[in-house]
Amino acid sequence: MAKTNPFDRKYSTEHEWALDNGDGTVTIGITDHAQELLTDIVFVELPKTGKKVKQMQTVAVVESVKSVSDVYSPVSGEVIAVNEELESRPELINQDAFGEGWIAKLKMDAPPELDSLMDEDGYSAYIQEKK
Amino acid sequence: MKRTPLYDRHMEAGARMIGFGGWEMPVQYTGVIEEHRTTRQAAGLFDICHMGEILVTGAGSFELLQMVMSRDLAPQKTGKMRLSVMTTPGGGIIDDLTVYKFSEERYVVVTNAVTREKDYKWLLENKSALGITDVSIRDITEKVGKLDLQGPCAQPILQRITKCNLDDIKYYSFLETEVDSLPAVISRSGYTGEDGFEIYVAGSVVERAWDIILEEGGPSGLKPVGLGARDTLRLEAGLMLYGNEMDESVTPLEVAYSWVPNLEKDFIGRDTLREQKEKGLSKKLVGFEMIDRGIARHGYKIVEGDRDIGEVTSGSMTPTLNKAVGMAFVPANYIEPGTEITIRIRENLARAQVVQLPFYKRKK
Repeated sequence: MAKTNPFDRKYSTEHEWALDNGDGTVTIGITDHAQELLTDIVFVELPKTGKKVKQMQTVAVVESVKSVSDVYSPVSGEVIAVNEELESRPELINQDAFGEGWIAKLKMDAPPELDSLMDEDGYSAYIQEKK
Repeated sequence: MKRTPLYDRHMEAGARMIGFGGWEMPVQYTGVIEEHRTTRQAAGLFDICHMGEILVTGAGSFELLQMVMSRDLAPQKTGKMRLSVMTTPGGGIIDDLTVYKFSEERYVVVTNAVTREKDYKWLLENKSALGITDVSIRDITEKVGKLDLQGPCAQPILQRITKCNLDDIKYYSFLETEVDSLPAVISRSGYTGEDGFEIYVAGSVVERAWDIILEEGGPSGLKPVGLGARDTLRLEAGLMLYGNEMDESVTPLEVAYSWVPNLEKDFIGRDTLREQKEKGLSKKLVGFEMIDRGIARHGYKIVEGDRDIGEVTSGSMTPTLNKAVGMAFVPANYIEPGTEITIRIRENLARAQVVQLPFYKRKK
């Protein structure tokens, strides 16, 4: 069963979340719904710090036993940190997609982009619709 | 899409379903990794009703099969299975399959799901072409249910619900017996690298057989296992999958089946294979283990400089070994274990090492 989606962050249509850290940076990851669809995650390809991405460009890759999935950046920006723990423990995303399974931190190019993302209500309705 | 008689059971168990060879099959129940480990540590039960069974009967059975199969079936005794490969006139693999000999005039050929109709047609065509009149070929797939029971606990579990002595069934042998009073054919064989059995019952009772086996095996840790784990199990065991490692553009000499064809006997494709053996191979299937981080998957290229020199046929992170491994076609000068190869994974190049198959061998 998917955990409830936290209220403190925004969501993309591709099941990524962005948490505004309040200092011009966001932390991003994939949602609990996404990890449930992927099942056992066995490998994460993390971006290099300094990588620049536009909103909805691939910023990371998450692999399960049987599949390879792109993670799209919910905002434009520059990667300033990555969760290196995922290299040895990719299953953290399955266990705690909203917490210890965070993927990267980005310095935002354009904070107003966050307004284009869904809030928790919107995202919950969105995944209900897709079922 | 077709459904096996066990579809309702998979739905009740909360299985995630996929389309495979025209059949709606369970890819996982609780998770690929968990199901894989359960099979290696306790036992797993697989719905394999989608595989094909073709009944070949009559005095001309051996003549037909001996001509279409590259393997020599002459030494085959009643009650034994033989792994074989059917080849095209060009030596390409039509299918890898098993031939069960029930008597001199009664064989069952067990085929892959995706190739069953093709195999059936090929047998019919060659019956005509060879002018063999006293042979009957029937596709009995829809009438037969097949369950694989695999793992170290498979024998103790099955022994409790069958009157035959399972020790009498040696590897690649079979018995016509029963499972809890349901008539069944049981062979000691499988596709996981574990000890285990392939169990054939009438399609009309396969749901009962499924329930009985799961109930009996539950306390020993037996769980239903889907096609996702079936794939990681066979990969670890170094076993090939038709459609990944093999198709009609590949010969048995180029993959791990060079021991199968008997080039001394007459069969369709024999001359081309003899030629290939003489000339030498330009490509060969090998096993590999990743050195750099990354998972190499089906279709990823093996590269040398800016040239593609080979291709990955199967690859994944495997749950028992906890390593990323796979199989690939490489040029003949790359086949020695220890040889380093370079694989393109998306925009990066990652190093891997050729290793002997299998990756995993169970302790006996």
